Parts: sequence; C-alpha cells; structure tokens
Amino acid sequence: MLWHGDRDLRGVDAAILPGGFSYGDYLRCGAIARFAPVMSELVPAARAGLPVLGICNGFQILCEAHLLPGALTRNAGLKFITRDLRLRVENARTAWTRAYSGGEQIVVPLKSGEGAYAADPGTLADLEASGQVVLSYAGDNPNGSAAGIAGVCNAEGNVVGLMPHPEHAVDSLTGPSADGLGFFASVVSAGVIA
Amino acid sequence: MTGADTVARAAATGGLPQPFAELGLTQAEYEKIVDTLGRRPTSAELALYSVMWSEHCSYKSSKVHLRQFAAKAPRSDALLAGIGHNAGVVDIGQGYAVTFKIESHNHPSYVEPHQGAATGVGGIVRDILAMGARPVAVMDALRFGPASAPDTARVLPGVVSGISFYGNCLGLPNIGGELDFDSSYAGNPLVNALCVGVMRHGDLQVAQASGPGNQVILFGSTTGPDGVGGASVLASATFGASKGGGEVGGDAAKRPSVQVGDPFTEKLLVECCLELFAGGLVVGIQDLGAAGVACATTELAAAGTGGMLVRLDEVPLRDASLGPPEILMSESQERMMAVVEPARVDQFLGVCAKWDVRAAVIGEVTDTGRLVMTWYGEPVVDIPPSSAADGPVYARPAMRPAAQDALAADDPAALPRPADGAGLRAGLLALLSSPGLADKSWVTDQYDRYVRGDTVLAMPEDGGLIRVDEATGLGIALATDGNGRYCRLDPYLGTQLALSEAYRNVAVTGARPLAVTNCLNFGSPEDPAVMWQFAEAVRGLADGCAALGVPVTGGNVSFYNQTGTVAIHPTPVIGVLGVHDDVRRRVGLGFRDASGSLVLLGRTEAEFGGSAWAHVVHGHLGGRPPAPDLDAERRLAALLAAAAAAGLLSAAHDLSDGGLAVALAESCLRGGIGCAVRLPGDPFTALFSESAGRAVVAVRPGAEAAFGQLRDAHGVPGENIGTVGGDSLVASGCFAIPLTELAAVHGQTLPALFG
Repeated sequence: MLWHGDRDLRGVDAAILPGGFSYGDYLRCGAIARFAPVMSELVPAARAGLPVLGICNGFQILCEAHLLPGALTRNAGLKFITRDLRLRVENARTAWTRAYSGGEQIVVPLKSGEGAYAADPGTLADLEASGQVVLSYAGDNPNGSAAGIAGVCNAEGNVVGLMPHPEHAVDSLTGPSADGLGFFASVVSAGVIA
Repeated sequence: MTGADTVARAAATGGLPQPFAELGLTQAEYEKIVDTLGRRPTSAELALYSVMWSEHCSYKSSKVHLRQFAAKAPRSDALLAGIGHNAGVVDIGQGYAVTFKIESHNHPSYVEPHQGAATGVGGIVRDILAMGARPVAVMDALRFGPASAPDTARVLPGVVSGISFYGNCLGLPNIGGELDFDSSYAGNPLVNALCVGVMRHGDLQVAQASGPGNQVILFGSTTGPDGVGGASVLASATFGASKGGGEVGGDAAKRPSVQVGDPFTEKLLVECCLELFAGGLVVGIQDLGAAGVACATTELAAAGTGGMLVRLDEVPLRDASLGPPEILMSESQERMMAVVEPARVDQFLGVCAKWDVRAAVIGEVTDTGRLVMTWYGEPVVDIPPSSAADGPVYARPAMRPAAQDALAADDPAALPRPADGAGLRAGLLALLSSPGLADKSWVTDQYDRYVRGDTVLAMPEDGGLIRVDEATGLGIALATDGNGRYCRLDPYLGTQLALSEAYRNVAVTGARPLAVTNCLNFGSPEDPAVMWQFAEAVRGLADGCAALGVPVTGGNVSFYNQTGTVAIHPTPVIGVLGVHDDVRRRVGLGFRDASGSLVLLGRTEAEFGGSAWAHVVHGHLGGRPPAPDLDAERRLAALLAAAAAAGLLSAAHDLSDGGLAVALAESCLRGGIGCAVRLPGDPFTALFSESAGRAVVAVRPGAEAAFGQLRDAHGVPGENIGTVGGDSLVASGCFAIPLTELAAVHGQTLPALFG
C-alpha cells in the first residue's frame, strides 16, 4: 500500500489507483489527488513504463494527471449509477487486459456519478485508430460516455483507466461474476509481478 | 472577550427574563433549572438544558414505556452491551461482535432533503464508530407522501441523492431498507437510517469521562453555526399546519437548523478513530450528534468520574462570531470527543495529524462533580452534569381514541373482489405497479452496494447479508420493516407484525435472528391518542421480542411527526440482526434453477385489513390487521436456517405486502425464470391475503423428501404449490403473465414519477 503523502513508490512493480472519493470529489473528481505527493513519483514512473491501472476515481485521477487522454464528466441523467454491466474488451494487448481475448464480453459493476467519458472529436478518432479504447459498454450506454467508452489506455498500453470496478467481479459470492479477475491476472502473467 | 453571560452575572441578575419558551422549554422545566442551580441559568446553561431536555435527547415522554424492553427482555447470551450505550453490541461468535442501530432524521430531511438525509447517515455511522466498531454497511427506511404529490417530487429525489452522496463517499455499502408511500406522510416524511459495525471482542469503547486529570479532546470538523437547535426547535416540535404539503413545503424558516454534511471528513474521522482505538489511546469516546458539545460533555461527565472542566474558547470554530450558547448547541457534523490520558495526548494528536483530522484539547476530567465551562477564563456553565443528562420524565396521558372502534369495524371483507382470472391478473399488475411495491431500482441504483467487497445480498433481497470473515464464511444479515397501516389499525399487533416481518426477512437468507433495534416514529406525545399508540407499540414490541427470544439492544424515538394536529400513522420501524454461519450457503429470493418445486410455508387465512390490495385497489384502510403468530415465526425461521445450512433450497422469499401474488412475481423477476402454481383454496385469498408467518421456497430437485422431513420436524405447515420454470408466471385456471409484461409493469412506475 502506497501512502498519498509519501514521495515514494517503494519499488513496486505495478500500481493500482483504486476507486473512491479522493478529497471528497471536491472541486472536481481527481483534481486535488493529482497533486498528492506520491503522484510526483508515479507520473514519471508511468511514463517510463510502470504498469498503472486506474479504477473509477483512479481513472479520473489519471486523466487529471494527463497520463490518459480525455476527462470524466457527470453522468447523463445526473444521477449516481450502480449497475452490473456487460463490457466488451476492445484491446486485449495492454498490460492489464492481456488475459482476455479481443472482443470478449465480461460482466462487471459500474458505480459512479461522474463516469461519462469525454474527449474532443480528434482525440476520439485517434483513440479509435490507435487501439487505445480498451473497454466499451456492450449494451446500453449507461452514462452518456462518448463512443460508449468504458476504459482507455495510453499509447504504450501500460497505463489503463476504466470506470467499472473489476475488483467487485472476482467472486460470484460478492459480485455478479468473476470476470474482473482478468485485469489482475494480466499484470501477474505478464511477468511484471513474480 | 467581554459580554458573555457569566455564572457571576447570572447570580447577580436573578430576575432577568430569559427566552426559555423559544428554546422549547416549558415554564415548569425552566423553574426546575432555576431550582437545581439555585439561580437563573446563564444563557449558555439555558442553551445546554434546552437541548439536553428536548424530547429528542431526553426521551422524557418515552422513558417510562421504554423500560419494558429491559424488563421483558428474553435471556440472551449474545448481548455484550445493551440499551443506554450509543448502540447495543451483540456477540456473533468466533471472537466477533456487532453493533447496530437505527435513527430518525425525519424533520431535517423534510426541511432540506439532501443535507437532512445525508447527515442522518453521518450521525448513525458515528454512533456505531463510538462503540469501537468499524462501520460496514448502512440501510435506509424511507416513507413519503403520495408518490404523485408535488412535494414528494421535491423531497424524495433530494433524500435519495443525500443518502447516495454521503454513504457512497464514506465507502459504506447500502444493502437494503424500505420505500413506501402514504398520504399520512405527506407533511412529514420518514427518513430512518441504520448502520451496522463489526469489531473484535475487547474492542468495545465506553462513553465516559473517567480519571481526573485526563484530557478532553474535540476532533474532526470545526464548529459552525449549522444545526443550532436541531434537537430542540426542529426535532422536538411539530411543523406548523400552514406549512408543508403545499408547493414549497418543508418549513423553509427552519432550514438553518439543518446540518451540512462533509462525508470525506467523516471518512477520515472513521479511519482516524479506528487507529486511535487500535493504539489504545482512548479512555472514553462519544460522538457529537444531536445537541453537539452540550450533549457530549454532559453525557461523558455524567457517566464518568462526574466532573469536567471545558474551555469553550478552545473549540475550533469556522465562524469566529459564535459565543458559548451557539457553540454548545451547534450540530456541526463529523465531530467526536475523546478522553485521553495526559501521557498519550501527543500520540493521539499525531494520529489525528496523519489523517488530516483537526484536534484540540479543550478541557479535562475533574473530581468536582460539576461540569464547569469557561469562556476566556470566566465560568459560563457550572452545573451537576447528571441534572442535564438525565432530564425530566413525563408519564403523559394516553387514551385509546374513540374512533378506533369504527376503524376496526370497517372490515375489508365488504370490498368488491375480482370475480375471475382476468380480475385477479389485473389485481396483481395493479399491486406490482403501485409505487410502494414497484421496482425500487430508481432509488437503489443510486447507492453503492458493492464497496468494501463483502456484500453477499443487497436490495431487492429480503435481507442484506454481509460477510464478516472470509475464511469461515461467518456473516450478518439485516432487515428493517414497518407498516404504518397495520399499526394505525392496531399499534400493538402492527408492531409485532413489523418485528415478525424483519425477523422473517433475516431468516429467509439462512441467518439466525439475534437482536432488535427500533426507530419509533410517532406524532405528538402531547396528544393522548398518539401516546396510546406509542404505549401500545412499545408493549407490542417488548412482548414480541420476549416471545421470539431476541432482545432489543437500542433504538430511537421520534415524536412530533405531524403537521398541525394530524399525526402520521404510528410507524415503528424494526431492525433485526441475524448471524449467518456460512454466507456461501445464503439463499436469495430469485428463482435460479429452471426446475424445483415450490412450497408455500405457513397458514393462509382471509386477512385483508391494512393490506396492500385494500390500499392500492380500493384506497381502503380499516378492519383488523393480520394476526401475528410469533411461535409460528420462530419455527419457520428455524426451518429456513436448517434448510439453508443443508443446501436444500434454491430460493426463499418472505410473504408480506401483496401476499403470495407479489412474492411470486418478485422471485420470477429477480431470477428471470417463471413458475407455474396451483392456488390452494380460494384463489383471491391465496394470492392477496397477508397472513403472517409465511414464506415461499423453491426446493432443489431431489431435495423434496429431505425438506419435507425437516419441515415436519419443525412443525411448519406447508403445501406444494407448483414448480419453477418457463418464462411466465402461471396460476393455473386463473392467468398467465409473461415475465416481459411483469417486468415492464414493475419497472416503469418510479422512473415515470421521478425521471
């Protein structure tokens, strides 16, 4: 566990920015956490290839830190949504999705109030063209995300952000499926973590 | 700093008129204060007594009745701490203990729905935290006026967004609750919040200031002018008849009495407190809720060595203009008060700093027997703390209203009933689409039910179920229930029905019910008819708990829920906690296997008084409520737990509002699988009666004989009524409804009303 106030990655092989409400989502989701001392180490490490996964608020922080393109905005409908959703894995070559196959559909909970992915048309076209759209909503678009985007990665594929919560889909006892395990299996099987 | 109304000045200016009535105190109560102190109170003392002696804090009208919970309590080895603590604590085995409590935040939620409901969550979470437990889940029991009323469109979305905003940010899963609508709540909605926490034996914290010389530390948010008088002028008074129910509603003039919540600060406070407890840095702790610093200091002092010195000018303020009375009465959120040994203060402050929690030493424990508060060196409060903490006790007149007989005589047997299958079909669809029984996803999708990763069952299941130990599968189940219509017809029986339903809802998951909490929502205690309802409800609950063998561990009384002279339906909301030996063996309400036989458990009589059918189809409320059968409930619960443990059931659903008809429809929709049933006896009674003590279960193929034997052994009547399967709900000889049609009818109501 890394501490937000430490300028120290403690030699980790990969980092996950979990969901939550960093700084209460005050000002804007992720806008304050992006300045946490630990980020001063994380950003250069991510640019140098450290596998980084941002889930929900973690995704918002990665966007605020410009490690990922685009931004997350209020849901269409302006309400918080908790829902089990069918997602399509669009890119199964990233550090965090290589345990899946391209086009595979998985069921993972979404739970957020500001999960509508937004980017300018040029960025969206680039993301599509370069395969940086990692996940998309396979059924209804629940929150008004541009092009139904649920997750994206950087050009190198080591930094991935997604709004749904794969950690809530690791056991059918406590989640809708075990489909989310693949994110964590990916980074382990990639040999990043022994 | 000058201008404060000091003790010296009060002693010298005896005849000065004081605004006790505006603060909610009666002439007699004011005189009692003067008597106790031997002089007029200072303005700070008057503020302190006014909030401490408010109905909300003192339970002055309810105490004489609530004593029954202890007097009639069944023997229970599970109780580690009972009534009188911030929340009761129950032993669930394997070294774990659980604490849970439900509280009202009705009036704030009507005045300012979003913040009112949000701070209701925050308050109950601090109650649980103060016991030494980590809060692990919340639930909310909500009741509003008619769904189509304009003011419901103001109140409901705000309440739901407030709960969502606070609970989600705090990282607590919301695992269930209730949502109902009735015109009786139009001018006074009910927002009851429950929290449950888990700790290890030995982690129990106490709310007392003991050990002279120990330091008193106030930590968390700064103190501001929000919520001043929340307990007295807001929670302990009736809304004016001219306000509410109209376009604006909510008594806007009282809005400053509503607190404003900061859930992120509460999250930090939770983690900070748990680290302080783990480090053994706390001698005593109390949350600041209603009546803020006034309540925390008097209760800590009264329960401890007896004396405390508090320097009010050391309280960190967010508004420098506040004086002693406002500081004492403020209900600013996210604050706690701890008693700490002097040698541990630095370590204590270090933990607070780590979590960015502001902390200030504001006083110390003394052995003087007096609670003394100073303002820049001058005493402004000097009282015996128990005089404020104990408060007055009233045995208010109670009288069964004469109209009660006419209500009981208005039997729903006279209402026209559907004559054929088409009519029964229409009746079921009418119930399923009624706001109180419709799909609640519009509300519950706004709550995070997954966070913390231990949620095994959550709404729309009958009970919420949380895993406590991943290795052993130990878990806890929780349900809340209340039925104001039953209680209006008969508060004694209605309360036992609410208890029975919550008990049954816990049991259908496979858990064993262990303990009870309650939130008693009533009108004005100054109305003898309301007081009769209250007395009957408390007697019913105490007797019911004795019969079921589950003790009341704590609760909350909310009076003055009325607009003008018209009270709400008496609405005790009962929470039941159960222990689940292995959550991997939990039973949900949805039909899962596309085969298996359906067994209706319990006895069905023609009982329609206060039923959903009478309410929805005829707008009728009269007659007698269903007869509770507590012995049958006990046997049914034991059967359900045994059957779950043996893995015999694929689904189980309690029968309550809307009877078998609604239960079958819900189980079909939850699992996405239909069923075909033969209705025993009169089809109308079979479908819509609300007889208590019943559940419908789906028995796994091959387990029929074993379940039959278990059922006989527990003495539970049962009847095989059909099978699971198909894509329709089929009642042979009556109707068939495709699941797609059921889903559409069930799902459309709340989105159409609230967007």
